[in-house]
Amino acid sequence: MKHTLVAKVADQPGVLNRVASLFRRRAFNIDSLTVGHTETDQVSRMTIVVDTARVPAHIVEANLRKLVPVMDVTDVTHSPTVDRDLALIRVTCSPAERAELASLVEIFRGRIVDVARESVIVEVTGDEQKVNGLLDLLRVRGIVEMVRTGKVAMVRGSTKPEEQADGVPGLDAAPSSPTH
Amino acid sequence: MQRTGAQIVWECLVREGVDLVFGYPGGANLPIYDAMLEYPIRHVLVRHEQGAAHAADGYARASGKVGVAMATSGPGATNLTTGIATAMLDSSPTVFITGQVSSKVLGTDAFQEVDVTGITLPITKHNALVTDVRDLARTVREAFVIARAGRPGPVLVDVCKDAQQASTDFHWPETVTLPGLVEPAPPDKGALARAADLIEKAERPLILAGAGVVKSGSSRALQEFVERTGTPVALTLLGIGGFPQSHPLCLGMMGMHGEAFVNHAIQEADLILAFGMRFDDRVTGNLKTYAAQAKKIHVEVDASEMHKNVRADVPLVADLLATLKALTPMVPAKHHDEWIAKIDGWRKETRSRDILHQDGNGRLLAAHVINDLWKTTGGDAIIVTDVGQHQMWEAQYYKHDLPRTLITSGGLGTMGFALPAAIGAKMARPETEVWVVAGDGGFQMTACELTTMMQERLDIKIAVINNGYLGMVRQWQEFFHDKRYAATPMLSPDFVALANAHRVPAHRITERSEVAKKVEEARATDGPMLLEFQVQKEDAVYPMVPAGADLHTMIRRPNESQEGVKA
Repeated sequence: MKHTLVAKVADQPGVLNRVASLFRRRAFNIDSLTVGHTETDQVSRMTIVVDTARVPAHIVEANLRKLVPVMDVTDVTHSPTVDRDLALIRVTCSPAERAELASLVEIFRGRIVDVARESVIVEVTGDEQKVNGLLDLLRVRGIVEMVRTGKVAMVRGSTKPEEQADGVPGLDAAPSSPTH
Repeated sequence: MQRTGAQIVWECLVREGVDLVFGYPGGANLPIYDAMLEYPIRHVLVRHEQGAAHAADGYARASGKVGVAMATSGPGATNLTTGIATAMLDSSPTVFITGQVSSKVLGTDAFQEVDVTGITLPITKHNALVTDVRDLARTVREAFVIARAGRPGPVLVDVCKDAQQASTDFHWPETVTLPGLVEPAPPDKGALARAADLIEKAERPLILAGAGVVKSGSSRALQEFVERTGTPVALTLLGIGGFPQSHPLCLGMMGMHGEAFVNHAIQEADLILAFGMRFDDRVTGNLKTYAAQAKKIHVEVDASEMHKNVRADVPLVADLLATLKALTPMVPAKHHDEWIAKIDGWRKETRSRDILHQDGNGRLLAAHVINDLWKTTGGDAIIVTDVGQHQMWEAQYYKHDLPRTLITSGGLGTMGFALPAAIGAKMARPETEVWVVAGDGGFQMTACELTTMMQERLDIKIAVINNGYLGMVRQWQEFFHDKRYAATPMLSPDFVALANAHRVPAHRITERSEVAKKVEEARATDGPMLLEFQVQKEDAVYPMVPAGADLHTMIRRPNESQEGVKA
């Protein structure tokens, strides 16, 4: 099964390497990993989708949490979330087909963002299912090139996810900011 | 006050209470060594950086304090890595400070440049590269905080040469904020209540005590718990010393080379209380059949160990000492006479086939040597072992009563560990008798540190158990590879002459009758002595659970006086 973990990490050089090295060493299988800035200075946020067929999610979570630059990890798999994935897709498209393609893309709330003689670039944003749905339809027309950002996720509602997560008992009781 | 980076390193070490550093100088840490002369810290020049790492580790294990080692860039740092990994696998609080090439040439394959933080990333608890002198004091302070916190471990700080040479206004940050550092939470009340309930209902409970007992200083608290609940205790290799082996409820070591009756007790128990141990594969054997009848209460400070190998019915991610203090008053006083009697039955069967009760028939057996060493030293010495058969015989036949008296490489199984680790242990506890117990193979890996031992005038006694083979590998070849002894018969130097070349007095012992006498002579000698015991060549450590086999299926010592092997 796929689990989505949200990690808040210190915005320092080498943090991504530490996370990647951990996943490699412990043979955790990453489906996708995105990193970006957050509302707080010096804090980045990673959304990690991990395949937990071999190693359970709480083990991945606890190992991530052991990395010193990782401040917090939340498994949001079973929380209501807003998920977004962005794809740029270059599709074969003759001038005569453009209007039809544009209306197809419109159904998925996507857009054509670049036009060349025999192809266009389509941009689409949404949860993974929606993006996959459009991809299925575009594939028959001929996808020349594609890039996806991977999933980012945020828990719905008014609180931050760390205040509403339900983990394995006894595993998430650590205070978050020890001072020495 | 203005200080160079090199001075800041020492200023920080002094403030951390460090008075001893093991190391080796080179081009990229020359400024640090130059500044060393101004500070009240004893530096021990080793003969190979691996020795410095093991010595710092041995110091940490013997004292509970942070051990410190230094090396230069490139080969200096790579030579440390075996020692760093050893400290990592056994959670030993250590700090390593390496010199790095100037930040201006980082990444250019400059002379003696290697990506040290990259190399040590998976074998440290944390590491950091310092390119700017202004980050140095905080980074070193954080290294010590991280090394000690929660489950301890090694931290490496790689300091660029220009950061050592540059100056800045020095300020030692007494407190540092590390939002990502996981520190033990108090034990969960609900989990404590569930644990107490299981303990009350248990009829065949068994404690598995690991390294966490020693590291958290829980020996006394464990004894109180044991005496209140009448629960017998089995020890992991690194748990030895955490609970006195002379205690009537102490069973001894469990696992691959644990005594048969201890493994039977685990398989028959209805409640396992795992205290500060991590269900390593050498302890459990086949996980599918491991302690199948037992509910498990697992107290462990590292959350990532919870449910990793064995599913816990009651997980307690917390400091062991705090947990025992909270739990002991919650459980009723109990006796388990029937259960103890059952265990004693197995114990009797085990004893009857024990090598101690079998005649050596003129051969000198390693187990006899260890047993005589235990008796002669009164069990009070710190024993630092190497890795292999002698290590397992030590664990079986030297009965430790005190924490931090067995120092051994458990998780990584690092040959060559004993002598340099003993140097660290002796310097941590100069008043305590320290013995190295090493095999002929492992001793040769770091024998160069004999010079370091003499240079520091350390009174360390050395027992080399020489069987002419890489004995444990030979044993596996005997059992699992049709006795095809590939690359295990081993030529050794004349150990007596080797010791003498280092001005260490030495004796060669071939008869059992000489063992106690020579051990006594070594103890009476002021200064080091090496004893080479030429033991039975093709002896095996019994019992043995083959790797991955069920814990109750052990290869037993062929019984010379009794037949019928009922496992």
